[in-house]
Amino acid sequence: MTADKEFPGTPLSDEDVSQGKVLITETDPNARYAWDAGIAIGRFLAELKKGRIVGRRCHRCRRTMVPPRMFCEQCFRPTDEWVYLADSGRVNTYSISYIRWDASRVEEPTIPAVIEIDGASKGMGIMHLLGGVKPEDVQMGMRVKAVWKPARQREGSILDIRYFRPY
Amino acid sequence: MPDRVAIVGVGHTQFRATSPGVSYKELMFEAATRAYADADLDPRRDIDSFVCCSEDFSEGTSIFDEYVPDQIGAALRPVHTISGDGLQGLAAAHMQILTGAFDVVAVEAHSKTSNILTPHHVLALALDPVFVRSLGAHPHFVAGLEMSRYLAESGTSREQCGQVVAKNRGNALFNDAAAYAADLEAEDVLQGEPAFWPLSRLDISAPADGAVVVVLASEARARALDVEPIWISGVGWCSDSFALDSREWGTAAYARLAAEQAYRQAGISNPRREIGFAEVDDTFSYKELQHLEALGVFRPGHAGLATEEGATQLDGEFPVNPSGGSLGVGHLGEANGLQKVVEVVRQLREEAGPRQIPDVEMGLAQSWRGVPTATGAVVILSRE
Amino acid sequence: MGLRRVAIVGAGMTKFMRRALETGRELSWQAASMALESCELTLDDVDGVVIGTGPDCFDGVHMKGEYLSDGCGAWQKPVMRGYVGGGTGVFSPIQGWYHVASGLFDVVLVVAEEKMSSCHPHPQGAFLTIFDNMLERPLEPNLIWIFALEMQRYMAAYGVSKRDIALVSVKNKRNALDHPCAQVAEDITVDDVLNSEVMVWPVNRLDVSPVSDGAAAVVLAAEHVAKRVTDKPVWIDGVGWHLDTAYWTNRDLYYPKYVEYAARMAYRMAGITEPRKQINVVEPYDPFSYKELHHLEGLLLCDKGEAPQLTADGVTQRNGDLPVCPSGGLMGVGNPIAASGLMKVSEIFWQLRGEAGKRQVPGKPTTGLAQAWGDLMQVGTVVVLRI
Repeated sequence: MTADKEFPGTPLSDEDVSQGKVLITETDPNARYAWDAGIAIGRFLAELKKGRIVGRRCHRCRRTMVPPRMFCEQCFRPTDEWVYLADSGRVNTYSISYIRWDASRVEEPTIPAVIEIDGASKGMGIMHLLGGVKPEDVQMGMRVKAVWKPARQREGSILDIRYFRPY
Repeated sequence: MPDRVAIVGVGHTQFRATSPGVSYKELMFEAATRAYADADLDPRRDIDSFVCCSEDFSEGTSIFDEYVPDQIGAALRPVHTISGDGLQGLAAAHMQILTGAFDVVAVEAHSKTSNILTPHHVLALALDPVFVRSLGAHPHFVAGLEMSRYLAESGTSREQCGQVVAKNRGNALFNDAAAYAADLEAEDVLQGEPAFWPLSRLDISAPADGAVVVVLASEARARALDVEPIWISGVGWCSDSFALDSREWGTAAYARLAAEQAYRQAGISNPRREIGFAEVDDTFSYKELQHLEALGVFRPGHAGLATEEGATQLDGEFPVNPSGGSLGVGHLGEANGLQKVVEVVRQLREEAGPRQIPDVEMGLAQSWRGVPTATGAVVILSRE
Repeated sequence: MGLRRVAIVGAGMTKFMRRALETGRELSWQAASMALESCELTLDDVDGVVIGTGPDCFDGVHMKGEYLSDGCGAWQKPVMRGYVGGGTGVFSPIQGWYHVASGLFDVVLVVAEEKMSSCHPHPQGAFLTIFDNMLERPLEPNLIWIFALEMQRYMAAYGVSKRDIALVSVKNKRNALDHPCAQVAEDITVDDVLNSEVMVWPVNRLDVSPVSDGAAAVVLAAEHVAKRVTDKPVWIDGVGWHLDTAYWTNRDLYYPKYVEYAARMAYRMAGITEPRKQINVVEPYDPFSYKELHHLEGLLLCDKGEAPQLTADGVTQRNGDLPVCPSGGLMGVGNPIAASGLMKVSEIFWQLRGEAGKRQVPGKPTTGLAQAWGDLMQVGTVVVLRI
């Protein structure tokens, strides 16, 4: 690689595209899926509908895991039992987001977090949102509790929990 | 550095049109559990590297390799995914062991096609976005075009293709794991609902769900395990041009070139005589015949005749697709190649029960990545 | 260890651009041609091809490797595509390495390509689909959420400030001014970083590498061929890769253990026992400013929590004791996902051969390392190169 070698590639500007100066072909992919939840997540979602968080325990390594799984990834053996967990926990880490999934900006920030769930082994967290709290008041290690949708609105989804709120 | 690599364990789930009770992770866990039990290995201790075969759009998840390690015992281990079929994954594992840096490598592939609501639209995304997709045609038109060309060039008839369907779905009657066993006649296939002429609906293999895991080991490790090693004598893989307009339409050049590589390694000059049987891709009925000719098992134009004469039946002189092939077992996406390897291994180990071919010493597995690709691989396996 | 030796004998790359006129196939061809020309080999000399490319979702092309194969020189050849998310760029030469080290191939062409600009309205939206289909996607996460969560953990573990981290953006974007392919090279200050718009706190805009199109390629050769083709082969002496559990919310994100394991694998193979002393130049993966620090620690090039101090002391400048990202990294050159890792490998290749022009680190480095990372903060891929 010498300094005066010319490198290939032709950069385009936004205007080149928006003003139709280059030929563009558009496709709208029609890719739709309906995933089988399976045993572990099927049960997890069914329990969410009932307002409960459930985990799985491996008797060999004695970890109680959430999200639940039918196999222990450390021991490589089937997990042994369902364990009901609390719907509270501690904030392991959090951030304050001013952008949506599609990179557009929002006025009111969302607060994604990893929440270690009480009753599961140390460090066992799930991702969810914090709510009912000002971003500047969130602390690492803060205790939070799930705020659920009313029973009749729950569908068996991670969104059956609206968010976790400090308490 | 090892000179030889063996398959020391195989495992798979049932292959069924749907698998609603289990997630893809649970399917993978079952296949892995069976394979590791077959080899008597603990993946957390005994397996040095893992290779998974998948495509994002087949899963509905981007960077799908994120989700593979846990259920195959590979969490915090060397794992990588290839966007290719199971035989390419097996080739990758084979090479890793030949470097001398790895002794035992596991290969996994699965299909959860039942979870794709728009499978043909997803397949259409594999067509060239500028020149071909804009035609708005169902992607299987590519197979229809190729079949037309193949029949014309080789003199093969639709009836002979129908006989492939009848044979393979009939073989599946002896395979408990197969999804589409049936007692059919070639005439049923010809009378089948027209699909992409000259294909009828029955010429096209239907999708099935399932998972397969295969474990490879260096010669030294294979000998130390209490298993009957099945040796990898040769491997080859090849891609012809992706561009439909630049392709040879009649012959499957990728299969011929992949086979040449594998035959060279295995020291084979007359495949029909030296190899006892084969599992070849039959995604569409005519592909079995086209591939047999590309592999040099039959001369151009003679695979159809041989089929008609019963040479490729279970009790024929060169059985093809004893498992039932994709037509009988179900089309497993990237797992097709590994399902074929499992069948060859079972035959060589004399574990194929009612479909056991007597006195086999060497078998061939060949796969094709399907429409619209011109990519395929060949593996030759042998007993001691 | 008695393994067959494999060398990089040629390299090439395209400019990294927000939006290229060229298609992915054309970008691949440009990089591959350049790599072959640089060592005077042709496609006839190539026995096999390895392709590295990221999410098919960016292009809206299923089985993208097949689509790119012609442009990567794979016509009627054995070709394979490896895919480990952001780790792909450094994994692809590892995959090429095992092709050649197996004894089955003498010359392998490795091509890494990405064309993110095809994805509308914004490529970042495609990352929604990397999240867990059941438990995470319904929350509509943005990719940057998880980087911010990891950055927070890292900062909290050692009391690292945003000022400390911003020094990486400043260094790399300035280094990139000397890279002819750079997309976002500029001379900025720490305050510029801190004042740039907040995306997902604590990540500001100038903490993040851009979306890019681009390709890179290297030619690998077995020892007997390498010595014939060039008098400066760069040996791939160590390779390593590890993938951690998918359950990233069950892990402590402050430290990338999988990077450490990948590095140990590569160090063992390369006979490196004191990495900080024995490695002369490093290209760790820097898609975000804090990642350089996170990875330097994971690579065992400094103690846990020590990387910010190393940076503040100037140790990681080009003329420092351990130059880090002399290329300008992803922060300065750009981030076409798979191509960026191979750009780093190419940089080490050029540095060890004394061909890095204005970016050349002094002192005739003999041993270098390139590392990439990705997935859900899970995968580490490492190569150790020596001349």
